Amino acid sequence: MSGWDTWALTLAVFLPAAGAVLIAVVPSKDDRTPRVLALVFSGAALAVGIAMLFGFDYGAAGFQFTVNASWISAIHATYHIGTDGISLPLLELTLLLSFLCAVYSYRILPSPGRPRAFLALMLLLETGMAGTFVALDLILFFVFWELVLVPMYFMIGVWGSSNRQYAAIKFFLYTLFGSVFMLLGFIAMYVKSLPHTFDIVALQHQAAVAPFARNVQLLIFAGIFLGFAVKVPLWPFHTWLPDAHTEAPTVGSVLLAGILLKMGGYGFIRIALPILPDAAKVWAPIIAILATIAIVYAALACLAQSDLKRLIAFSSVGHMGFVMLGIATLSAVGINAAIFGMVAHGIITGMLFFEIGSIYDRYHTRQIAELGGGMLLKVPLLGFVFAFTAIASMGLPGLAGFWGEVLSLFSAYAPASEHIALFRTLMVFGGIGTILTAGYILWTIQRVAMGTVPQARVDEPVADVTRIEWLAWVPMLAGILILGLIPRLVTGVTNDAVTVLTRVFIR
Amino acid sequence: MIPANLPIDFHAIAPQLVMAGTLFLVLIVDLFLPNDRKHASMPVAFLGATGALIASLTLIGADRATFGGSFVVDDFTVLFDVFFSLAAMTILALSYRYVRDGRTFQGEYYFLLLCSFLGAMTMGGSRDLLMLFISLELVSAPAFLLSGLRKSDPRSNEAALKFFLISVLSTAVMLYGMSLIYGVTGTTRLAGISRALAGPEAHSNLALAAVLFVVAGFAFKVSAFPFQFWAPDTYEGAPVPVAAYLSVASKAAGFVGLLQLMFAGFLPVAHFWAPIFALLSLFTMFMGNLVALQQRQVVRMLAYSSIAQAGYMLLPFALAGSSASVNRAAFSSVVLYILIYAAMNLGTFAIVIGMSRESPSVLITDFSGLGRRFPAIAVAMATFLVSLAGIPPTAGFWGKFFIFTAAIDRGGIGTWLAGAMVLNSVISLVYYLAIVRAMWLDPITEPVRPIRLPALVTVVAMVAMVWVLLIGVFPDLAAHFPPFTVLAAGP
Repeated sequence: MSGWDTWALTLAVFLPAAGAVLIAVVPSKDDRTPRVLALVFSGAALAVGIAMLFGFDYGAAGFQFTVNASWISAIHATYHIGTDGISLPLLELTLLLSFLCAVYSYRILPSPGRPRAFLALMLLLETGMAGTFVALDLILFFVFWELVLVPMYFMIGVWGSSNRQYAAIKFFLYTLFGSVFMLLGFIAMYVKSLPHTFDIVALQHQAAVAPFARNVQLLIFAGIFLGFAVKVPLWPFHTWLPDAHTEAPTVGSVLLAGILLKMGGYGFIRIALPILPDAAKVWAPIIAILATIAIVYAALACLAQSDLKRLIAFSSVGHMGFVMLGIATLSAVGINAAIFGMVAHGIITGMLFFEIGSIYDRYHTRQIAELGGGMLLKVPLLGFVFAFTAIASMGLPGLAGFWGEVLSLFSAYAPASEHIALFRTLMVFGGIGTILTAGYILWTIQRVAMGTVPQARVDEPVADVTRIEWLAWVPMLAGILILGLIPRLVTGVTNDAVTVLTRVFIR
Repeated sequence: MIPANLPIDFHAIAPQLVMAGTLFLVLIVDLFLPNDRKHASMPVAFLGATGALIASLTLIGADRATFGGSFVVDDFTVLFDVFFSLAAMTILALSYRYVRDGRTFQGEYYFLLLCSFLGAMTMGGSRDLLMLFISLELVSAPAFLLSGLRKSDPRSNEAALKFFLISVLSTAVMLYGMSLIYGVTGTTRLAGISRALAGPEAHSNLALAAVLFVVAGFAFKVSAFPFQFWAPDTYEGAPVPVAAYLSVASKAAGFVGLLQLMFAGFLPVAHFWAPIFALLSLFTMFMGNLVALQQRQVVRMLAYSSIAQAGYMLLPFALAGSSASVNRAAFSSVVLYILIYAAMNLGTFAIVIGMSRESPSVLITDFSGLGRRFPAIAVAMATFLVSLAGIPPTAGFWGKFFIFTAAIDRGGIGTWLAGAMVLNSVISLVYYLAIVRAMWLDPITEPVRPIRLPALVTVVAMVAMVWVLLIGVFPDLAAHFPPFTVLAAGP
């Protein structure tokens, strides 16, 4: 069993990369081989992930499946990976979503096709994302973090829609801009730590025993804040997101919204809060204010969108605002809510992007006005699935979107910060945000799914949900329902680790 | 100190002797080759460079000195002997097809190239102002001729003339500085200078002015602001392999000399020159990157890119003098950056040389559709460009990483310089990605024509790509190299 314990995570992270290399080097005359390979390798990674769920000790708060091998002796950076209650849900989300993307891509590929390149990049992306969630060494974390940039750049730039080149470079530059300052922050942590280390666990111990000086913490926090905030994205660093999400191909949008954004939120929870607790207390109200602005701003922006995909992209900003509000409370409830919110948003918004991709394939437009409504009549199953997911995104009780939002608002009532009045005010504004969210979601459903089929489309043959789409979507739809009914599936995993993590913030 | 009549340690200078022997052999062989077989001098030169490599390898771990201590063989020397032998082999391989197709002065070309490399190889062991000066001139003088080798092209003439004039000017200033240093300290030996500067001479204005003059000479060599403006014109006008040589080997030689000068000779007055390097570094990187953004021609863009990269390599000099550990980190980070920069830049130039057969001016648009035309080469090119921008998991990231680490370790001004360099990395990504965009993202209008590159060029590009990725994933392989030897420890 020990062999399994040491190898499981490495397998889950690097199987996709191995698949990517294989796809790139295996010559294939037909387009089938790369698709099968992508399916096999992301499926194998998911299988490892599922097997890990059974071997995971849910009662323990520490890291499991750890590996700590020497990597760069000159700077004491190690290949240190492991997972705990905080990262496990996000890791599983990554493996699941990537696999479903491989399923979806088995039949449906964006123009200009070229499955070898597309799928190799997708698998490389999976390794980067999964690695980010399990890395326990800052340098390893950074390498995985940056590993996603190049594949995503190509995904948007080659397979995106009309404005793809602009969106691709904007995505790359914004994220790089944030992350290089984050790197400086990491190096500063190394330089200031005694003994010098990049190890996240060791740094957390040092923070508990002998934290960095307050000024140092504030400065380092500023650097890594920039990296994480751009990725999340937190208002006002969000402007790359609507472009990237809108222009990216379906699978790219799903992975962007479903997983990439979570890397930022995860970074705050895993690195910023525990290693820089004093700075976190100072920064928390600022983050909370930005998060609340994001919630309200995104909802208002959504009301003004005419492009369905852009609308969902903006809604991501709002949902991540709830996540960041939860994190900013520095309370166990808030961080549990944040992780739950990230998982739920990953499934729901990922699902929405899948549906928009399918709608576009059928209607050849994403403009709400041109779609013209009546989807429930024309393509009842697709219309239903879209309405269901959109309602989940709104946060209807009983579906997954509910818990993240409501717990996040709850946590703002009793934050671990001394600015209780501020957080409670923000809670009110967040509440207004949920109302606005309900408004634009219902309005969208009304305009897209309900009503009568426009005259121009009555005779247009439009296929309903196909078999491959069902295969990719059913696990997500089921997930939305199950997580909504049994939120303990996530919070039960996260709670112990979160409680330990937030102990320093309890007044 | 050491009597000059000591016997010469021939083993210590074996790599240089092999190189020197080879270059004369090349000249003689060329004399006897018929006109249509002049290209056969390349294998001779290549074998000679391989011989120099082997000779350097026999010196690993050696600690020798000869010429009365002006020439020292230690880890630092051996590292750069090996480095320059490998660089010579690479440039020779890249030149072969290009020079053969050009059909001009093939024997002379290889002779001059090896001459210049000989200068680069003596640089690593030079612990004496005169030795450094000779090495530097030996690097530069053949390079003037090499840049002007395309005699019929007026741009090549301009390249050579500009290069020559600016070089002569800066050499004169540097020589003046060196003579002043001799006047102040009474020695040309770096160790002796260091001792003298640590004493009361440290605050003599004359000594400081002399240091400034010498720095100016080297700033020209590494194309630092404000001595950078020869580089783009020279790179553009010179034969492309010569541009590769100038941007990699000649620049590396400049940095090797500068490292010894500043860290072995002038370290006691670091408080004076470190801020100068901070300014040099800042202006050089910003200027290089901002102008590179506007280039349409790849070689010109790479010229500005290499100016910007020189700015990165100058940054650690600005950190010197605060503590021994920072000195060590700064010194090693420059050495490491040279090694990594050479691999990625040579790889880039290899592909540009290959592309120049099809379109001699090599515009960015000439890379259009390369992703379809020759995917492996396009992937290699993308790897080099991403590495030049410093994105993991490529070697270029670690080059930058160790500079950042040294800078943040220094604190104060170091943190700000690191911040500036970080901004520059982001700026540089824009123009590096311009080529990537042309290769894959731009819509292809015409039918895909496969492109053939010379075999040697393809091999160099592939080897460089493997190296860049291997170091990117296992940086430990390279982290052992930078030796902060007795050289930098100072007296």
